[in-house]
Amino acid sequence: MKAKRPVFLELWRIKLPAMGLASILHRVSGVLMVLAIPLGAHLLHQSLASPQGFAATAATLSAWPMRLLLLGLTWALLHHIFAGIRYLALDFNLGLEREAARRSAQVVIGGAVAVLVLGVLL
Amino acid sequence: MSRSASGLKAWLLQRVSAVYLALFCTWLGLHLFLAPPADHAQWAAWVARPWVSLSFMVAIVLLLAHAWVGIRDVLMDYVKPLGFRVGAMAAFGLVLLASGLWAMQALLAVGMR
Repeated sequence: MKAKRPVFLELWRIKLPAMGLASILHRVSGVLMVLAIPLGAHLLHQSLASPQGFAATAATLSAWPMRLLLLGLTWALLHHIFAGIRYLALDFNLGLEREAARRSAQVVIGGAVAVLVLGVLL
Repeated sequence: MSRSASGLKAWLLQRVSAVYLALFCTWLGLHLFLAPPADHAQWAAWVARPWVSLSFMVAIVLLLAHAWVGIRDVLMDYVKPLGFRVGAMAAFGLVLLASGLWAMQALLAVGMR
């Protein structure tokens, strides 16, 4: 099976359909959140340990690099939840037709961004 | 873990934990967004409520399981050399376990006060 087969991996020229984009973003967002688990555990521990710890956590969370990170993680959580709900629906054979699946993937991708923007504006 | 969380069991675990975590994260997120705790006393008192504490503890256990199954699937897909794969899995496993214990300890300490 070592026959030469054509390989096309020019990522910038491959157009991923919405379903594929929602899928890879589901992965990326999941990995991002896994990497943030130690930070989350640390912040939870620190904020609960003492009034000084709470103040330190509040200060950390309002610093702008952390705000940016928090914004990214909030997007990750929103996309992961919306895409997860879509996968559960697909598991129950809901929305399996190509057009419905494409539409729901677009709703997932757009919905996560929309809710994030709404949260920032409010 | 790898034995008990393989195949169909892992598939089911991922979905059951997903439903709980989605509800928990929505609830926690809305609470922190709409009524952020003003100071340590308020935050600790809220977390120390039995139902809040319990839902946090269940969430931590399920989050570790969900994160483990997810990261394991990703590693199996992208990390092919066996040594690297096992090493990465061990590293993630250790970090997840340590994080879980650290968070659990914080909850228990606040509950004991």
